[in-house]
Amino acid sequence: MNKKEKSMSTRKLVNNIIVHVFLTVLAIIWVLPIAWVVLTAFRKEPGSYLTYIMPKGYTLDNFINLLTKTNVINFPRWFMNTLIVAICSCIISTFFVLSVSYCMSRLRFSFRKTYMNIALILGMFPGFMSMIAVYYILKGIGLIDGPGALKLLSLVIVYSAGAGLSFYVAKGFFDTIPKALDEAAYLDGATKFQVFTKVTMPLSKPIIVYTILTTFMAPWLDFIFAKVIIGTNTKYYTVAIGLWNLLEREYIYKYFTQFAAGAVLVSIPVAVLFMFMQKYYVDGLSGAVKG
Amino acid sequence: MAIFGKKKSEVESYNEITVMNALKKGDMNVKLSALIFGFGNIVNKQIIKGLLFLLVEVAYIAYMILVGGKTIVDFITLGTKVTGSQLNPETNLMENVIGDNSMLCLLYGVVTIFITAAFILFWREVIKSAYNTYLLKQRGKEIPSFIDDIKSLFDTNLHKTLMALPLIGIVVFTVMPLFFMILMAFTNYDRDHPVPGKLFDWVGLENFGRIFNAQSSLGRTFWPVLGWTIVWAIFATFLNYIMGMVLAIIINREGTKLKAMWRFIFVLTIAVPQFVSLLIIRTMLQPNGAVNVLLRNLGLQGQSDYLPFFADVTWARVTIIIVNLWVGIPYTMLQCTGILQNIPAELYESAKVDGANAVITFFKITLPYMLFVTAPNLITSFIGNINNFNVIFLLSGGQPSCAEYYKGTAGKTDLLVTWLYKITINNKDYNLGAVIGILTFVICATVSLIVYRNTGSYKNEEEFQ
Repeated sequence: MNKKEKSMSTRKLVNNIIVHVFLTVLAIIWVLPIAWVVLTAFRKEPGSYLTYIMPKGYTLDNFINLLTKTNVINFPRWFMNTLIVAICSCIISTFFVLSVSYCMSRLRFSFRKTYMNIALILGMFPGFMSMIAVYYILKGIGLIDGPGALKLLSLVIVYSAGAGLSFYVAKGFFDTIPKALDEAAYLDGATKFQVFTKVTMPLSKPIIVYTILTTFMAPWLDFIFAKVIIGTNTKYYTVAIGLWNLLEREYIYKYFTQFAAGAVLVSIPVAVLFMFMQKYYVDGLSGAVKG
Repeated sequence: MAIFGKKKSEVESYNEITVMNALKKGDMNVKLSALIFGFGNIVNKQIIKGLLFLLVEVAYIAYMILVGGKTIVDFITLGTKVTGSQLNPETNLMENVIGDNSMLCLLYGVVTIFITAAFILFWREVIKSAYNTYLLKQRGKEIPSFIDDIKSLFDTNLHKTLMALPLIGIVVFTVMPLFFMILMAFTNYDRDHPVPGKLFDWVGLENFGRIFNAQSSLGRTFWPVLGWTIVWAIFATFLNYIMGMVLAIIINREGTKLKAMWRFIFVLTIAVPQFVSLLIIRTMLQPNGAVNVLLRNLGLQGQSDYLPFFADVTWARVTIIIVNLWVGIPYTMLQCTGILQNIPAELYESAKVDGANAVITFFKITLPYMLFVTAPNLITSFIGNINNFNVIFLLSGGQPSCAEYYKGTAGKTDLLVTWLYKITINNKDYNLGAVIGILTFVICATVSLIVYRNTGSYKNEEEFQ
């Protein structure tokens, strides 16, 4: 080994060490908040602000209390509310997204381009802006002042009504399915509807899964729309507003560890779903920007 | 053969059947259809279709006579009768009168306008349909029966079937509310004119004038908030983009071990719901939160000292941008990883031969390539950041507050969107909220119009199919 090669390999080694130290530091910064909330969820002593980091004792009581003591904070109920809203809006939204995306990708009609431009423009308004009007429209239909369950119906409407605007990813996917398949089916006498259901759909499992998961997750993550629509009736809270509320001044000391437990409980399913659809997420994005 | 059957209802090319052509070249039946819906269809034996058209017309006229007319009048006046106690001249007693609700007048007016617009679109379709039937008959072609029409909804007209419900959802719950809010910007529906107690009225462009006037307290809020919104959007977008890319490159580089593990750690943070992670970080950064406690326990600061993460203006702004990096970098990394692997290896080889170091390679090869591929994404995320409600609202809530700002509605870290939220929800100045919303839209539209016009992927959409 001559001198030059030797210095090259030492430099490589030094570089590698620097990189790994750097990545370790970053990883610690990224994991710290998550580790802290998990620790808090298992912490025995209550309180939000302590003078030390590591808990003095560990317990499962936070989880047990959260799931069983439902008189003040009814976490199981919030969880069910969110689950129901998520399932309903997921079904409607998936149907909307796939229909619109298919039309945009495969069918040619006069207002197609117009529709795409309008969708682009609508996406630029702050989402919150129309919220107040939506609130009054729902109130006008009688969904806000009626029985509380109707509020959940309102949420389903809010989450799924605009689904037809988010067609980009699915459209990008449909664009990649060869058109020759459609044409072969037409030659065999298939109608367009048959091509949609019998040719395109079976080939689109990844994007169907992706759409189902993203639309299912939305109600778990959103809290601003839920907050405006549900108002103050804690019975119809979704988990997001419920947990947010626990950090209010009157609850934070007593319930902070339970908040952490709730955060962990909500994060686990969402994280699992996300890990599952990560591949589709990347594919969808890189598919959509291919042009 | 099916392929010929399919063409039956498509005999006429797209452009021949227009409203203008129908009114110019159509016969008496077609022209009468413009007044009596479905007339042209009925005389040509499309009875059910024609009757359905007629039914819609009757329903619209009935609606306009019974309800619609009054809502239009109310829409123009926005209500005339004030709620409150009034002297009844007959009994000479004070009576409670329930007056008009300006907000509902506006809302119902908007609904009627939308119904009318839908009716006009429908009218065009009716004329076109009558003209189409007329042409088919004149040319001796078979006129499709009602059954044929239904069938075509699953074939040549499949788009109508598939788009109907999503479109209704969008019009009723997105377009109509937006239109309603935009109109609100031209009224004086604010704290001093609450409904149903008082009436509000049209005021023209007055609200815009108030916000643009840098001398008024509103203007003194608007311009600084706008400035910070833009600074924030630029930093949030580009820092995330560059740093996420650098992270992806570092993980992807040859010598890095345990690639999958590093990726997993960063992706884990995206998987945690954003509101959860933001609320946790907010708690950690309080004066007595985990971060300050950690620094105290490590002996880096005194027992009663703390870093003012959200108390000091500059600290708060920098903190928010950094926390947003925490949120955003993993996303960019995830997205970049796939694209990075697509960069042709020869480019790097030849750069190496030319003796380029890592930094030069990044700026000469990686960055231009990434920019080329992800430019449209960059603009979407810029707009997303201008409208980034969650990060600000959950993290600082707009704090630290600023007494100089309009009625204390905004804090130093408020963006236009969070200000919009506070000014409508907390302060009930709906008209000002609407103005802010419109201005936010104008900013986003201008930025993206410029960028989209210059991106190939939008212009040449069809080429890649």
